Amino acid sequence: MDEARLRQQAIGVRLRQMFDEVVNEQVPEEFLEILRRADSRSSENG
Amino acid sequence: MADEELNAAPGVRQPTDDDAFKRELVQLIPHLRAFARTLCGDPASADDLAQDAMMKAWDARASFQMGTNMKAWTFMILRNQFYSEKRRSWRQSQLDQEAAERTLVAVDDPEAPVALDELRQGLAMLPPEQREALILVGAGGFAYEEAAEICGCAVGTVKSRVSRARRALHVILDEGAYDRDGADAGDAMRSILADAERLSTAR
Repeated sequence: MDEARLRQQAIGVRLRQMFDEVVNEQVPEEFLEILRRADSRSSENG
Repeated sequence: MADEELNAAPGVRQPTDDDAFKRELVQLIPHLRAFARTLCGDPASADDLAQDAMMKAWDARASFQMGTNMKAWTFMILRNQFYSEKRRSWRQSQLDQEAAERTLVAVDDPEAPVALDELRQGLAMLPPEQREALILVGAGGFAYEEAAEICGCAVGTVKSRVSRARRALHVILDEGAYDRDGADAGDAMRSILADAERLSTAR
């Protein structure tokens, strides 16, 4: 039972690592560019 | 922005609201990308999905209550976007089966950390609703209640999906379902999945 728990913990740690790997990637400039364009569009309208 | 004060008018949505919203949204982009990657698998379509979700969130910003959980809100948008697109073209189970089989015969990068690689392949074998529940709770840091909100299901359903996913992954990883020789990977996967399902329903 303890062994299973440890194994689950190890899987959990890996899972977070896998997710965090992408979280820690540099965000492609494209994302910010799209948002900037949308923002300037909405301030023109407002 | 320098002209915030100039545009200020009482009773109207303020540019400062948009600024605060935008700041918070920008901080969430890395998380949206990570969640999209777990849903899509390939990084290019994952980024397309994350961008679509980001824009949908921006367009819907007036309906968002500042101070509530924006991360859960944007994840829900992203997830809805993903499933509404998928429904148009594929049956989800078929897609997952094919994706899993492709993963199984793919040649691994021998330099990559093995366990992480095995985990990716194991995740690909899980039923999509179990995979997503496990990722939200186990990697995204959401409480069961938040994950239930994101997935549009009961809290108890999320709990049972997460625990089934954990048990199934454990079985998959221990039995080494991934096939390094490229032999009959499809069969191997089906038998492992059957085992995992039998064990997780038997409790």
